[in-house]
Amino acid sequence: MKRFRALVMAMALILGITGPAFSQFRFPMPEFESGYQHPEMLLPPPEAGMGLLDAVVLFCALSLTAFVVLKQRSRRTIFMIAIFSVLYFGFWRKGCVCSVGSVQNVLGALIPGSDVVPVVVLLFFILPLVFALFFGRVFCASVCPLGALQEIVAIHPVQLPRPLQTVLGLIPYVYLGLMGLSLATGAGFLICRYDPFVGFFRLGASFSMFLVGGIFLVAGIFIGRPYCRFLCPYGVLLGWMSRFSKWHVTITPAQCVQCRLCEDSCPYGAIKEPTPEDRPMPRRQGAKRVGLLLLLTPVIIAVGAWTGAASHQVLARLHPTVQLAGRIAAEERGVYTEMTVASEAFRSGSKTIPELYQEAQTAIQSFQPRSAWFGAFMGLVVACKLIALTTVRGRVDYEADRGACVSCGRCFVYCPVEEENASE
Amino acid sequence: MNERIRRRDFMKVVAGAAAGGLAWRAVRPVSGETVWQLDPEKCVQCGRCATHCVLNPSAVKCINSYEICGYCDLCPGYLQLGAKLDTGAESQLCPVSAIKRKFIEDPYFQYVVDEDLCVGCGKCVKGCARFGNGSLYLQIKRDLCVNCNECAIAVGCPAEAFQRIPAEDAYLLKTAQKGAPGQE
Repeated sequence: MKRFRALVMAMALILGITGPAFSQFRFPMPEFESGYQHPEMLLPPPEAGMGLLDAVVLFCALSLTAFVVLKQRSRRTIFMIAIFSVLYFGFWRKGCVCSVGSVQNVLGALIPGSDVVPVVVLLFFILPLVFALFFGRVFCASVCPLGALQEIVAIHPVQLPRPLQTVLGLIPYVYLGLMGLSLATGAGFLICRYDPFVGFFRLGASFSMFLVGGIFLVAGIFIGRPYCRFLCPYGVLLGWMSRFSKWHVTITPAQCVQCRLCEDSCPYGAIKEPTPEDRPMPRRQGAKRVGLLLLLTPVIIAVGAWTGAASHQVLARLHPTVQLAGRIAAEERGVYTEMTVASEAFRSGSKTIPELYQEAQTAIQSFQPRSAWFGAFMGLVVACKLIALTTVRGRVDYEADRGACVSCGRCFVYCPVEEENASE
Repeated sequence: MNERIRRRDFMKVVAGAAAGGLAWRAVRPVSGETVWQLDPEKCVQCGRCATHCVLNPSAVKCINSYEICGYCDLCPGYLQLGAKLDTGAESQLCPVSAIKRKFIEDPYFQYVVDEDLCVGCGKCVKGCARFGNGSLYLQIKRDLCVNCNECAIAVGCPAEAFQRIPAEDAYLLKTAQKGAPGQE
C-alpha cells in the first residue's frame, strides 16, 4: 500500500500533474505505525517584554541625562550616554520604536477608525515630553538615537548665519504639518518613510535611504545636527515643552561674568546674547509693530489656508495611491519602459487601471479640505515666528535658548566661572 | 511653611497624574493592538518577502504545518523539479539548505525548517503548493518582526497578502480542516 502511494506521488511529479494552479491537500496525512508524533510548530508570540524593557531603559537614560546635565555638568558623561543610546536604541533595537515616529501613532489615534496606540509607543511619546517639561530637551541631548548619532559626528561645526537658521527652522513645522496631513488623508507614515538614519541602524536599506542618511551625516560634521534642527517634527513639540521647563541647563554654573567666551561655543545656535543697551528701535514703535502683526495674523492664516487649498493636487502626491496612479499613467503613455516595485505589484494584482484612477481621484478629493487646514497651520506658524522676531526681551546675561537648546553641554567647558560649592 | 509648599507640590503632581491618566484613558485601546501578518491563501510566492523586509534576513520565514504535510519521500518543496531522489545540495530547492530532512518510517520523511537559515524566499512554498499538500508556507515570525508602521513588504506585495490582524491572533495559519483529504 505504502509502496503504491509513493509510486503515485512519484508519477504525479514526473508527469507534472498541474491541474488547477495551487490546488492543495493532494495527499492524505500518513498513518504512522511507529507511533511518530510530529513536533510542535514554532510560533512564538510578539515579544511584549522587550518593548517594556525599552521603555524602562528610556526612562533610566532620561533620568541619568537630566542628572548629568543639571547637577554633574559633565559633557563627557553626556557623550557616553549618547554612544550608549546609538548602540542600544539604534543598532541593538534597530531604531524602532522611536519617539520621533511615535508622534504619528499618537496623532493617528485621534483620527476615528484608526489603529490604537500600543502602550510602549505611548510611553516613548510621553516620557521625553514630560522630561522636557521639567528638565529641558534632555532627550535630544543623548537619548534619541538620531540626535545622539548626529551629536557624535558633529566634529567641526560651523556657525550658520542667524537669518538662515530662522528660515530653515520653519521646515520642522512644515514637516509636522505634512505628517498630520498625510495621516488625516490616509497617505501613511511620512516620518518612518523618510527617516534618514534607520537604514544604518538596521544595516540594510534602499540606496536612496543610505544616500540621504550619508549626506546628513557628512553635512552633520560641519552643520551641527542638521536633522534635529531643520527637520525633526518631534523637536518642535519638545521645544514647546522646553520653553516652559521648570529647570533648564545653564551655560554658567554660577553668576555670568559677561566674558563672551561662550558666545560662539554653541554649534546649534542656541545661545542668546544679552540685549544691547541701545535697543534696535524705540519701544513705542516696536509695540506698534507687534500690534500690526497681531491684526495681520488672521490675514496670514487665511492666505495660508487659501494657498494650501489651491495646492492640494500637488500635496496629494504624498499619497501612495496617487503616486502609483501617476506612475501607471506615465507607463501607459510610454514615458517609462521599466516598472517600479509598486507598479509591478499593481500589474500582477487583480485591480484594473480605471479602478486605480478612481481611487486616486477620491484620495485627491480628500486632500482638498485638509490641505486648507495644513495651510492655515503654516500661516499661524509664520505669524507666530514674525511676532517672536519682533518682540525683544531684555537679557543681561548669555542664556540658553530654551526652545532650541538640546542640553548637549558643549558650552560648559567654555565658561570660566567655577561652581560655588564652598560658599553654600 | 516648608510643609505647606511641599503639599502644594504634591497637589501639582496629583493634578499632573490625573491629567496624564485622563489622556491615557483617551488613547488606551478599547479594541486591541494590531500586527502585520501575511495570508498564506493569498500569497503568490513572488520572493519579495526575502528582499523587501527592513530586516536582513527577513522576518518572514517558511513554516511547515505538520498536520497538512504528506511526509512525501519525493518532497516537491525539498527537491528540485526533475531532480533524482538524491538529497545532495545541488538537488535541493532551498538556496540556503534550511530544510532538514529526517527519515521517520518507510516511505515517510519529516521536513523541519531551520529558522536561523531560512530567508523567506518562498521557493519551497511554491513547489509544495504546486505539487504537494501546501503544508510549507510563509508567515511573519512575530518575535522577529519589528512591526513597522508601514510594512515595506506590504508595499511591494503583488497579491495584497499583507494585512494587520489583532495582536492576540499573531499568525494566520492554514488548518487541516480546510478540505484536506482524509481529515474530515
